[in-house]
Amino acid sequence: MIRHNGNIKDIEKRRKKNMFYFSLFLFATLFGVITLAVLLVDVFIKGIPWLDWQFLNSFPSRFPERAGIKSAFYGTLWMLGLTAPIAFILGVGTALYLNEYAGDTKLKQILQININNLAGVPSIVYGLLGLGVFVRGFALGRSLIAGSLTMVLLILPIIVVASQEALKSVPSSQRNASYALGATKWQTIRRVVIPAALPNILTGTILALSRAIGETAPLIMIGALTFVAFVPGSPMDSFTVLPIQIFNWTSRPQEDFQYIAAAGIIVLLVVLLSMNGLAIYLRNKYQNKY
Amino acid sequence: MKKLALFFIMATLILVLTACGNQEDSVDGGLSGIVKIDGSSTVFPITEAVAEEFQIANNKVQVTVGVSGTGGGFKKFTIGETDINDASRPIKDSEIAKTKENNINYLELPVAYDGLSVVVNKENDWVDYLTIDELKKIWEPNSQITKWSQVRPGWPDEEIKLYGPGTDSGTFDYFTEEIIGESGASRSDYTASEDDNVLVKGIEGDKYSLGYFGFAYYVENKERMKVVPIDAGNGPIVPTLKTINDGSYSPLSRPLFIYVNTESLKRPEVYEFVKFYMENAQLAEEVGYVRLPQNQYDENLQAIAAYQQ
Repeated sequence: MIRHNGNIKDIEKRRKKNMFYFSLFLFATLFGVITLAVLLVDVFIKGIPWLDWQFLNSFPSRFPERAGIKSAFYGTLWMLGLTAPIAFILGVGTALYLNEYAGDTKLKQILQININNLAGVPSIVYGLLGLGVFVRGFALGRSLIAGSLTMVLLILPIIVVASQEALKSVPSSQRNASYALGATKWQTIRRVVIPAALPNILTGTILALSRAIGETAPLIMIGALTFVAFVPGSPMDSFTVLPIQIFNWTSRPQEDFQYIAAAGIIVLLVVLLSMNGLAIYLRNKYQNKY
Repeated sequence: MKKLALFFIMATLILVLTACGNQEDSVDGGLSGIVKIDGSSTVFPITEAVAEEFQIANNKVQVTVGVSGTGGGFKKFTIGETDINDASRPIKDSEIAKTKENNINYLELPVAYDGLSVVVNKENDWVDYLTIDELKKIWEPNSQITKWSQVRPGWPDEEIKLYGPGTDSGTFDYFTEEIIGESGASRSDYTASEDDNVLVKGIEGDKYSLGYFGFAYYVENKERMKVVPIDAGNGPIVPTLKTINDGSYSPLSRPLFIYVNTESLKRPEVYEFVKFYMENAQLAEEVGYVRLPQNQYDENLQAIAAYQQ
């Protein structure tokens, strides 16, 4: 009898505990989602009325009704176009070397630890590095190519780590099968390992590039500019990018510029979302190829 | 392997597309080249306005304007990285030494006046003016003043809420130098922001607030707050275009400068830009600053004339 009673109480207690943790985790989930929703709704309400062709196709101006995002948009595209191939080649190359060629030596361990650490370095530090090495050292000036190379440094560790994970996930049975047929190491890597790992490598690369697009601090450091009313024509030109332009607009006194900034944020969001969408598409399309 | 190729094709495509976007530059206007400007965020609105209008008139010239702050801008200017530096204070001796080291000669051209505005909430009906001493008592380091009644007897026994620019701001340096007597010396228990919007909103929402920032920001937000006349010994003076221009709103008004590298000035695009700057002084007024007397601009024009090639 007594024992029976005790059991019932236990159940009550356990149910309450269950409810408590359920609510806690639900709250944790909703907190992020709702904050994001509020932010997005606010941005869209403010920005949509200003978002028109004139806004997309005009240069910045001190008059809100004349201000546009053209130079920043092209600056971001340029940076993307320069950063992507360089970061991809260097990042995947590093991952291939570390995973496929390098023996399990001290040197490899040191490299590995350093790459993992680099992924956690604050972006402003890369800005200082870029200023010292590319802007002043290589005398590239405050140009697109200097900004892009700085961004390459910033996202390289992410791409290397993602690519390494992708390469590791290729089953060794596939490699062995290739060797068994008499393929050389390079043939195996080119025909078997890379095709199998590519979807994940691309996903990692595109996500890393999305990060590069949203970064402001390192570019301010190397001198991406606030007022640029022309489209860059070569990698040596001065430039501005979307986040810097948005930052500039939010710090202006006239209220209309807050709305212009919101419209700029929508443009940035669209660019980011389409890149993430591309990453998901590529992953799904090539995932079960073998 | 195909996908790898695909990726590169995409990357190239982006490059080509961006390069195409560049070819819409129109044909008129003989002048071309780049004018690189950096420096003070206080002078930025004027230079930006001039750059915008100048590029409409000369659409092959590329003018870039950065905001690294007066000091940050001089770091680039004194090693010859920029053609023009915006400055909210005269060049310092250490910076002059740097220019000599790097063989850089320059011209100092005043372009406008800036006034600092001390403001209170719209519903504040007790403050008729403040003296420099009262301001000093409120803002000095370790100030004991926490209530309005401590500033002047008869004022409300309510906590005074202070708003001001952060320590990276030229406005902060200027205010502390003029009011406290030492650049950078200020109490630290106030709401500080580099973003003047934050200050405007804070003062607007709090009846017992007091704050200060650039005259341009006050003009932009005139209807949202009340400006305090300042008494520096000659009676209370309200900051207006007139009192800043004739010097009676002293000591809270200051001249703003651009510094021009004379080597750069020999390039026609830089020369024309500076000339345009001096001939369109109304732009400074348009963005909230006070224009100088006309003869100052004429003097500037004479000073640069020697460098016309």
